[in-house]
Amino acid sequence: MTERYQAPRLTLPVGERDHAEGPPGARVVLVEYGDYQCPYCGAAYPIVKRIQKALGPRLRFVFRNFPITNAHPQAQWAAETAEAAAAQGKFWEVHDLLYENQSSFGDPAFFTRQERKLKLSVERLEQGVAQHLYLDRIQEDFMSGVRSGVNGTPTFFINGVRYDGYPDYAPLIAALDEAEKA
Amino acid sequence: MTTDGRHKASSILRPGSKAPDFTLKSTPDQNVSLGDFRGRPVVLAFYPADWSPVCSDQMGLYAQVMPEFKKFNAEVLGISVDGIWTHLAFAKDRRLNFPLLSDFEPKGAVSRAYGAYEAQVGESARALFVVDPKGDIAWSMLSPDGVNPGADGILSALEALERTPGRKRSA
Repeated sequence: MTERYQAPRLTLPVGERDHAEGPPGARVVLVEYGDYQCPYCGAAYPIVKRIQKALGPRLRFVFRNFPITNAHPQAQWAAETAEAAAAQGKFWEVHDLLYENQSSFGDPAFFTRQERKLKLSVERLEQGVAQHLYLDRIQEDFMSGVRSGVNGTPTFFINGVRYDGYPDYAPLIAALDEAEKA
Repeated sequence: MTTDGRHKASSILRPGSKAPDFTLKSTPDQNVSLGDFRGRPVVLAFYPADWSPVCSDQMGLYAQVMPEFKKFNAEVLGISVDGIWTHLAFAKDRRLNFPLLSDFEPKGAVSRAYGAYEAQVGESARALFVVDPKGDIAWSMLSPDGVNPGADGILSALEALERTPGRKRSA
């Protein structure tokens, strides 16, 4: 007797709580569970950007936190920083900045140098991180991932089903196309 | 259905079996026995080898999920055929917060007792067991080659154990 393998499904549906790019009515929803300090997530970052560009308004992209802090000591700081930026309406700007500057993690002046470009208050950003205002949210992201079968980063879900392929452009685009037709 | 021995989902010990007791080294001078944890659930995570080439591997994930396991007062034990010195280096590198046991001599004996040994490659299979506080297997799962099974199945099994009549949350 063999049981058919079934890819795990997202247990926490995409909703108002999430950071999302792309229209709410998009036919395809791509969810990433990511860790800002993970090199594999860093490698996936430009691939997701390319996918977003290729699919345009057909795609909604959601990012949830899955910091593996025992392997990546600055992953929690980075996740808290992006969430604190969201309070100033700058989640995606800071999300992108973090992935584009993984090698700068730990440089205390990094955000001060970006303050004008980002048009946010670095002081408020750092306060939010120091007071750990967004820890509960990050933990909720993390546990929703654990309960949905996230076992490392990056893990993607396409329309609620875990994507078990290689996190590269061609296989991801193919899977997204297929999900759109389904 | 293949018969070449690679698909051995039916060969790992199933729920209801007595969990075979064992004593293995966790450090050069410390032994860990399954019986040490009677009265608490134990998660046995057999895995092929230390140093898998991904940054967020199965053992690292369990270290991260440890606060959830602790809510069930569960003990987590990682088991592979690696020697104790590589276990210590691996655990330090990945900041693991649970013991890694060395099923090294006689090689794979404990893995074999659980039906979780891949003889062709000489490594433990990626098999998970949740042992209940009485020492019986409550849940088991064998993952396909190369698939990190994550923590969800373990947490569901621990939740189910807690719902067993007459059992109270002990954490």
